[in-house]
Amino acid sequence: MTDIPTFWTAVYLVMLAAFTGYVVISRVPSILHTPLMSGSNFIHGIVLVGAMIALGLATTALEQAIGFIAVILGAANATGGYVVTERILQMFDRSGKKPGKEV
Amino acid sequence: MAELSMLIEPVYIVTIFFFIIGMQRMSHPLTARSGIVWAGAAMLIATLVTFFSPNLTNLMLIAIAIVIGGGFGYIAAKRVAMTDMPQMIALYNGMGGGAAAGISAVALLGTTTTVTGTLAVIGGLIGAVSFSGSLIAFFKLQGWMRSKPITFPGQKIVNMAVLVIAIVCGVFVVIQPSWVPLSVATYLPLFFILSLSFGFLMTFPIGGADMPVVISMYNAFTGLAVALDGFSFASPNYAMVVAGIIVGAAGSLLTLQMAKAMNRSLSNVFFGAFGATEKEGAEINGSMKSIETDDVAVLLAYAEKVIIAPGYGLAVAQAQQKVKELTDLLESKGVHVTFAIHPVAGRMPGHMNVLLAEAGVAYDHLFDRDEINPEFPSTDVVLVIGANDVVNPAAHRQGSPLFGMPILDVEQAKNVIVLKRGQGKGFAGIENDLFYRDNTRMLYGDAKDMVGKLVQAVKRY
Repeated sequence: MTDIPTFWTAVYLVMLAAFTGYVVISRVPSILHTPLMSGSNFIHGIVLVGAMIALGLATTALEQAIGFIAVILGAANATGGYVVTERILQMFDRSGKKPGKEV
Repeated sequence: MAELSMLIEPVYIVTIFFFIIGMQRMSHPLTARSGIVWAGAAMLIATLVTFFSPNLTNLMLIAIAIVIGGGFGYIAAKRVAMTDMPQMIALYNGMGGGAAAGISAVALLGTTTTVTGTLAVIGGLIGAVSFSGSLIAFFKLQGWMRSKPITFPGQKIVNMAVLVIAIVCGVFVVIQPSWVPLSVATYLPLFFILSLSFGFLMTFPIGGADMPVVISMYNAFTGLAVALDGFSFASPNYAMVVAGIIVGAAGSLLTLQMAKAMNRSLSNVFFGAFGATEKEGAEINGSMKSIETDDVAVLLAYAEKVIIAPGYGLAVAQAQQKVKELTDLLESKGVHVTFAIHPVAGRMPGHMNVLLAEAGVAYDHLFDRDEINPEFPSTDVVLVIGANDVVNPAAHRQGSPLFGMPILDVEQAKNVIVLKRGQGKGFAGIENDLFYRDNTRMLYGDAKDMVGKLVQAVKRY
């Protein structure tokens, strides 16, 4: 990130990614807002990968402790986000209309 | 492991590709379910391949932490009731923000350049605010904390001061001018404590009614923090950058759409202290008139056109199955039944659609606010089930805190039946004029019980 070409590559990347996020969500019926919020909540669970690297490269005990907590939080974000989204979307399945067994 | 580390970048690229496909599929009702599977598969391979990152140590610790966090996330999300999903989104989002703040902290404890350090500080600030703010949102929705706005004198000044000092500390962490009195070892913890405090302070004055908008915004925040943290490593992690920015952009747009649906500007949400200003300017005339189930049943059974307007009370009582039963029964008697869905009925946009879809109510029975509002004057009976603020005609009255919010104009129908647990106010904490109208009758009770009783009663007519 220190040299100029890398910086501009990063700017391109950020711009295109922002555009992608915008386009994906811009023509969505309101009924899908909740699942999509939940789905995007799951996708930033990719933070787990960063937390793993942070813990993996940690050298001091303090860094290890913080990294350890970060991995726990990141893993909970990813799995919890997945299950919540999956459960919300399950209700959109028209074929499997199971009567009120929910809760 | 050197050979396997060559797989990391290609796998990350596939991950991002799958994420985008997944989100694309999640944005159409028919393909939505498969969307999360695509994204989930991508997350799994990205996590696995990360174990082969160069120079990675503490592998055992990483595995243990994943099992603990993943186990908690899985079990909690499986066990929780469907109605509590909004606060679970808040909780997991906060955890993502916390993880991002942790990554920033580790990066700043190690060696950084001015550029990576700056990005780590910004990511840390946003991540920490998202963490503490989402926790408050979770507490408020879970009922562990009063959902009313919490205000105190000089609040805005205190909040601004905390933010400014946090930013100053952040600057001192990255560049250490010689005239600065304390060392980085002091500024770094201070920076995080103040950032976390700002998240708390910023969320206290926001009322429960605005929580969906707030959660959506913190969701975008976490995305942004993750993206910035992607740059905090010696070699940037582009999977984090791209996925984070996609969520940041999508989340921001979603936040604006939700705020628009509630006719609230974002500055209003964050600085308005919703409901706290209501002095109850216009006095309400008339009184609340209650009604018995049998009388409601007669009205419904002999109506031509019935509209059901559901709200959060339906979700709390899990009444969707009973409502579906009632709908089928009335239709078999030749009554035309439709549903009026306010975009922000419940606690999330689409909350009602999801619940009714679960009960098997067909999509073509559900109508948006704009589609159904012209229908109310020609409707015999509107059955309001556990909705309050979204049907409050005070929204048409200048000076009301709800003024300008687009509502369902149910008061134009010939008869309005409001099924409600008790006489309390709505989430916004505002008295509802509708309940005092001449054409309104109140039916008190748990939504599921009462709709069940209605089904029995209608059968007799």
